[in-house]
Amino acid sequence: MKTQRLAAASVAALGLLLATGCTTDTPDDSPDDEATTGADSGDEWFVQADYDEQLAQRDIEPEGDPNTPWLQAIEPEWIDTADFAQEGGDATLCFSNASVSNPWRVTGWITMQQQVAVLQESGQIGEFRHSDAGDDDDQQISDIQAFIDAGDCDAMIISPSTTATLTPAVEAACASGVPVIIFDRGVNTDCAVTFIHPIGGYAFGADAAEFLVDNLEPGSTVLALRILPGVDVLENRWAAAQEIFGDSDLEILGNEFTGGDAAEIKNIVSQYLERGEVDGIWMDAGDGAVAAIEAFEDAGQPLPVMTGEDELSFMRKWEETGMTALAPVYSNFQWRTPVVAATMILAGEQVPAEWVLPQDPITEAELADYLERNADMPSLHYAKFGGEDLPGFPDAWRDR
Amino acid sequence: MTRVRDLIAKATNPTGTVFILLVLILAGVFAMNPGFFEGPSLMAFLKQAAPLVILAAGQYFVIVSGNFDLSVGALVGAQVVIAARLIDGEESRTLPVILVMIAFGIAVGLVNGLITTVLKVQSFITTLGMLLVLYGAIRLWTGGAPTGSLSESFRTAGRFGIEGVPVLGQIPWALLIMIGLGAGAIALMRTRFGRILMASGDNERAASLSGARVGTVRTAAFVLSGLSATVAGILIGGYAGVSAQVGDGLEFTVITAVVLGGVVLGGGRGSVLAAMAGALTIEALFTLFNQMALPATLRPTVQGAIIIAAVAYAAGRRVRPAPAATTTATPS
Amino acid sequence: MRRPRIATLGTTALSSTAMIYLALAGVLVLGAAAAAIDGGNLFATANLVDMLTRTSLTGFLAIGMTLVILCRSLDLSVGYVAALSSLVAATTMDGQAANVPTAIALVLLVSGLIGAANGAIVTFLGVNPFIATLGTGLILKGYLDTQYKGPAGDVPAVFQQFGYTRIAFIPVSTVVMLLVAAAAIWFLRSTRTGHHMYAVGGDVDVARMSGIRTKRVLITAHVLCGMCAGAAGLLLAARFGTGSAEAYTNLYELDAIAAVVLGGTLLLGGRGGVAGTVAGVAILAVLDTVFNVMQIDPFAKDVLRGAVIITAVALYARRQLDRTARRPRFALEGRLR
Repeated sequence: MKTQRLAAASVAALGLLLATGCTTDTPDDSPDDEATTGADSGDEWFVQADYDEQLAQRDIEPEGDPNTPWLQAIEPEWIDTADFAQEGGDATLCFSNASVSNPWRVTGWITMQQQVAVLQESGQIGEFRHSDAGDDDDQQISDIQAFIDAGDCDAMIISPSTTATLTPAVEAACASGVPVIIFDRGVNTDCAVTFIHPIGGYAFGADAAEFLVDNLEPGSTVLALRILPGVDVLENRWAAAQEIFGDSDLEILGNEFTGGDAAEIKNIVSQYLERGEVDGIWMDAGDGAVAAIEAFEDAGQPLPVMTGEDELSFMRKWEETGMTALAPVYSNFQWRTPVVAATMILAGEQVPAEWVLPQDPITEAELADYLERNADMPSLHYAKFGGEDLPGFPDAWRDR
Repeated sequence: MTRVRDLIAKATNPTGTVFILLVLILAGVFAMNPGFFEGPSLMAFLKQAAPLVILAAGQYFVIVSGNFDLSVGALVGAQVVIAARLIDGEESRTLPVILVMIAFGIAVGLVNGLITTVLKVQSFITTLGMLLVLYGAIRLWTGGAPTGSLSESFRTAGRFGIEGVPVLGQIPWALLIMIGLGAGAIALMRTRFGRILMASGDNERAASLSGARVGTVRTAAFVLSGLSATVAGILIGGYAGVSAQVGDGLEFTVITAVVLGGVVLGGGRGSVLAAMAGALTIEALFTLFNQMALPATLRPTVQGAIIIAAVAYAAGRRVRPAPAATTTATPS
Repeated sequence: MRRPRIATLGTTALSSTAMIYLALAGVLVLGAAAAAIDGGNLFATANLVDMLTRTSLTGFLAIGMTLVILCRSLDLSVGYVAALSSLVAATTMDGQAANVPTAIALVLLVSGLIGAANGAIVTFLGVNPFIATLGTGLILKGYLDTQYKGPAGDVPAVFQQFGYTRIAFIPVSTVVMLLVAAAAIWFLRSTRTGHHMYAVGGDVDVARMSGIRTKRVLITAHVLCGMCAGAAGLLLAARFGTGSAEAYTNLYELDAIAAVVLGGTLLLGGRGGVAGTVAGVAILAVLDTVFNVMQIDPFAKDVLRGAVIITAVALYARRQLDRTARRPRFALEGRLR
């Protein structure tokens, strides 16, 4: 039948197109080309200069009081904000949030709100407007646009959902004359007044990988557990780890995507354990870390050397089992800094152009202290949330 | 010889396809790693696959009566979070909380069923709405991330089993529960209730004209689905503990499993045993991907292709019925 | 005795569409009131623009979905098609304004072919559309994750205008979407294939026996649905300035289906239309904007959305739903060959 042949032909054409898609989609020679084909999966996420810079920053002493790490800055380049100064407090602060779709962001959001409450008490902040984009890039662009159109934001804080795609929206926000503060993920423009972030993904991945190299015998096997592909903050962590593992004598059994789902993690780890020994586990985030440890327990295998994150359930299991572990952090207290930065800018004070916050992993030595300070907190809370001195502590986080 | 032909005919009919697929995939797994079929690893596989099998049985009841239940994933997640928050580590609370969970599962199933049968909203929409409501309500209740923790006794069902069994090592409670509930589901479909359920999916008008309580039976199917989600929640929570995205997207995997088992979307055809086999097949497929060390990003593609191929094959068989070996009764 | 489906098109379709627009008006009034009580203004420029921008993306997807659902089929792969389209568009344009027409053509070609593949799998292989498009979506997901490791491509400023310019408070993208909707309405009302879609959705065997090329009609519906998803991808590329695979994670297809059903098109096919769908898209957009203006907790938003969708469909489902079992099941189900 004619239609049949037509349909069959179109399916074949589609197949051909997909197969040749490799060549037609590769742009020619543009410097920010990321759609490489058949290339080493680590390559486009690995920028040597950034990698070197971040690893070096780990050893630099930050400026500022170590008791308030969210105000510390590493090698800050101070800029003038006198242009943005406003008389009399009561500023309207607008915040476009990517989402609160994981416990790390939930913890940070609570901390931010508590910080805002303090500044509202003191009169520096009047109205705090916020929008939640639910991890939808297009939605966040609309949210930022709505803030711009409303016209009465004195300062705008943005936590972008994705780096590249939010760039036009951020540029539009800067163009509207309002001081813009970016934190967490960045964007591909530096028009913002300040970009606040901990050292970064390369440092996170490197801290974890170096710990495994230092604590495992050469020839030991390591399993890498990753959440999702294509997320720049996570890809950088793995890229750094690959770099370090490549120079070591450790055998990487594989890197698996788990979606952060505990059942998936346990299943994957159990299957690897069936086929041989697993001496170390590298994770690009703490979600489901406990499930990985339990897989070893259920299989009757000795516990691995492991790196997770400063998530309390992982830290508590670490202490309970006495295993060799490290908790790299992505400084949850970074959620306080943008709000403080906004008030500083509106007061005409200087802020760093790029505000690099310290990012110190929690080691064996510090474990007990952090657990004690967070004794009543729920298990999906993050130890370095930096909110112990805020008036809402501990209830706001405990009774979330 | 007719026995063999009978068997082949049965195996190659649409419902039988899933068993062939399961055998093929398990053969692949064996080829990759013969150690898989040793007692302990086989038991571990079944322990981890049990929740999906139970969910497939529940979803089967809904699909065979002509509906969809897209809310099961969100319900599983909700149950785990409810359990964690209410138990909060206290062993003594385990049993009362499980009773609360069962009541909640029944309630959600009832609401789904009543909205579909009484308010006449299409089940696709009802359960889609329920998915959103459950997803949002649970996060609203916990402030966005699960709190509390599950007690050891709660986790026994999903994580532990009868220890020290020769050859097998550990017979997981999850496996026993799965076999028990599976047998119960098969028995249920042989009762009058089961026949009415099948009939209401097959030809609703004829069924109701013949006096069967189509609405009641369909609502009951939703309640069974809700209960299956509750049991699956207990098993998954026990197996993996509490995490933030428990159950996300599970409904699509479950429906795929049921369809792989030869159950027709739209109702009236298929067996619950085949639906459960479909669930095992999907879990075996994921295990095969793991054993083959298939690059993680390629897995959805292979999964999608296999699903389309399997269902297309079954659809083809349904149109061209297998040679009726039973009619030519002459022994060879 | 049943009256021919086509004859009932005029009467029932119009009155149910009117009802949905009435519902839209109601939602607007209630929403404005709720926002006002809370101290906001739903009709401030910022909020109107927000509302209309939300309608564009879902609108493109929902228009295509309407055609497919009218034929009693479904397309769960539109999110993936849109993501792929945004990447194809951005990488082809590669920052050059001259490449824009080629990029648009290529996107429509690719998305149309994927639609054709969906249609072929449903009609020739006899696979249920839920499974067929779920499978295609998964195949695309694997391709996207393997081929593109994050955003790729570069959209020139000229094309970004599609995502950002507006006429007063009406975004250009909304205008384009409404034009596409108008074209779809004309297609369904005035062309033979359009009429045939209602027939195929109503009763595929009767349609075939009355000489309609049911397979061709169904494949056409899927191709058009694919191309609408391609248009949605173009919009995403324009908004992002680049292409993004991430777009598939937002479950746009479920939003599109909800909008279509809210708009009065039956999931069982054979009844409904694009006019209603546009109203359905608008209702969802108004709701989302009201929730945003009132700064409702994002989780409460989900609960309210789910409840509203169920309530709305319940309210007018009773009226429309013709529960006589006109659903052909086994003997003829796979017989579209």
